[in-house]
Amino acid sequence: MSGPIMATPVIEPVSAEPVAVSDPHFLRLAWGSLKSNPVAFVSVVIVLVLAIVAVFAPLLAPHNPLHAYPDGLTAKGAPISPGHRGFLLGTDPNGRDILSRLIFGARVSLLVGVVATGLASLIGVAVGTVAGYMGGIVDSVLMRFTDVVLSFPLLLFCIALIAVTGPSTRNVVLVIAFGYWTYLARIVRGLVLSLKEREFVTAAKTLGTPDITILRRHILPHLMPAIIVYGTLGIASSIMIEASLSYLGIGVPLPQASWGQMISQGQQYFQTAPWLLIIPGVCLIVCVLAFNLAGDWLTDLLDPVQRATGERGA
Amino acid sequence: MSPAPLATAPAPGAPAVEVSDLKVHFTQRRGLRGTRITKAVDGVSFTLARGETLGVAGESGSGKSTIARALVQIHRPTSGAMTVGGTNAVALKGSALRAYRRRMQMVYQDPYDSLDPRMNVLKAIGEGLSVRGVARAEHRAQATELLERVNLPASLLTRFPAQLSGGQRQRVSIARALAVKPEVIVCDEAVAALDVSIRAQILNLLKDIQADSQISYLFISHDLSTLRFLADRVAIMYLGRIVEYGTSAEVFDAPQHPYTKALIAAIPEVTTGRHGPRPALAGEPPDPAQPPSGCPFHPRCPIAQDQCRTVVPQLRLKTTGQLAACHLAPDRADDPTQAKSIQGAAR
Repeated sequence: MSGPIMATPVIEPVSAEPVAVSDPHFLRLAWGSLKSNPVAFVSVVIVLVLAIVAVFAPLLAPHNPLHAYPDGLTAKGAPISPGHRGFLLGTDPNGRDILSRLIFGARVSLLVGVVATGLASLIGVAVGTVAGYMGGIVDSVLMRFTDVVLSFPLLLFCIALIAVTGPSTRNVVLVIAFGYWTYLARIVRGLVLSLKEREFVTAAKTLGTPDITILRRHILPHLMPAIIVYGTLGIASSIMIEASLSYLGIGVPLPQASWGQMISQGQQYFQTAPWLLIIPGVCLIVCVLAFNLAGDWLTDLLDPVQRATGERGA
Repeated sequence: MSPAPLATAPAPGAPAVEVSDLKVHFTQRRGLRGTRITKAVDGVSFTLARGETLGVAGESGSGKSTIARALVQIHRPTSGAMTVGGTNAVALKGSALRAYRRRMQMVYQDPYDSLDPRMNVLKAIGEGLSVRGVARAEHRAQATELLERVNLPASLLTRFPAQLSGGQRQRVSIARALAVKPEVIVCDEAVAALDVSIRAQILNLLKDIQADSQISYLFISHDLSTLRFLADRVAIMYLGRIVEYGTSAEVFDAPQHPYTKALIAAIPEVTTGRHGPRPALAGEPPDPAQPPSGCPFHPRCPIAQDQCRTVVPQLRLKTTGQLAACHLAPDRADDPTQAKSIQGAAR
């Protein structure tokens, strides 16, 4: 499961309007706005680099991430600090190369983050839009179900589901997506409730535009900023949930590496070997920040009002 | 979407819209205290001929916007009949409802909210064209024509609403409504949010369009001077009912209902040079969920008498030619209606 991991899958399913992402015009536009926005530029580069690292992990990793090297530990059995004995970022308490684990961990973490959030967004937007737009009994049923899922503490919910389904990367993704869509469903429903009272939606209805077209052309484009902001935050949260699950031993199965699991392991050795915690921690922070800022930039890019006038559309 | 043929055109002279005894009630649940029924529109009848403008006036809460929204089926009427071009318009669903909506378009009050901020002018007008089944390839050409018709340059096609002035937006709204080729356009306070100079331009534009294409307007406004300029006939509403109904000349030159008189007195230009005391309108309109007994206007009426507090006045043909619901205005002796039916008499 090491498919193409990129920044875009989160938004692709819902971004048909107003400009298709595949449109060459869009790419030119994106390049133009990146050139004038250094923060976005750096963020997008980081996201792309992470994606490349994740996809080409086997080619980039200097060592086998799973192998406990005999010279990976000192005579006393302590981990090697960064830069020694050919281990660029040092080793972990099992004598495994941290850099290699980090590179392979990016695969797992990004996969979990992006795919789980993408799935959660799809479900959340679908449920929230239908509930908000249709109202009445459909709204009540969907929202009560959402409330039920929402009323469980997310982590506990995931633990319970994993206990039933058994730990595997696929199950971790599914479980996080299934626990996480509720937040977006709530947000989207609220937005749709207010959007459908806007006069331009009424106007579209009185024109005789079919509901499905109204949803696609008038409602979804206005949801995009919220979806992107939530999505980029969700990537961070999903990575953290995966870390917590791994910490409890029910995340991505050992000995496979993930950033969250490296952080939880490193935590135990913080006083003697701080790099064990700091290195994956910094990676996580940079990754999350990059996704967030890139998401911001994408929001602006997809807003035709801002492109035309420089001010953000409602 | 294929261009479905419109229903057969109504015979010339037949009313474009016929509404009889229309009621729109809103039910509000209040937990254990039962329900509260607000009679926003309570038994309204009128007809609108092809190429004619009917003005509807009244204070906020008089139900004038509810009539507009019932006509375009945003609110479902509680009871009553509406026919448009001879087709019954009540209880339509699905594609029949969409086909109905094409015959009846609406221009809204707020030019800032009635256009999608994320759609440029071409797309906004194109939405109307798509509904009529115009192929996408022809959108640009037809939208340009429509813009020309509302006196806007084709260069605005790629602009977004945020780049347009209020007057321009309202013209785009009108162009979008015209894109569907409707028989009737409902204008709900369509010029209320505009500057006075722009307002005159839009009103002239509406008149020109009507002269060209025999469109009927139902023009809703709280501003009587606008109606006097535009409307052929006028209906004055109070608390969900029509209290006075007649030609523009009848209603403005010889108002019979004290409420109409008070509204007209509130327009400075109209009262200039008028003699006699100006009836002052005190107080607020009553709660439509709990209307007063008798004439709903009696608590605020300067000339109310005993019978006004107990007997509900019906619309009657008055000596001056219009219909009014007031006990104290003299009835015409040979009133052919004498009953509630006003459709025939109003024509």
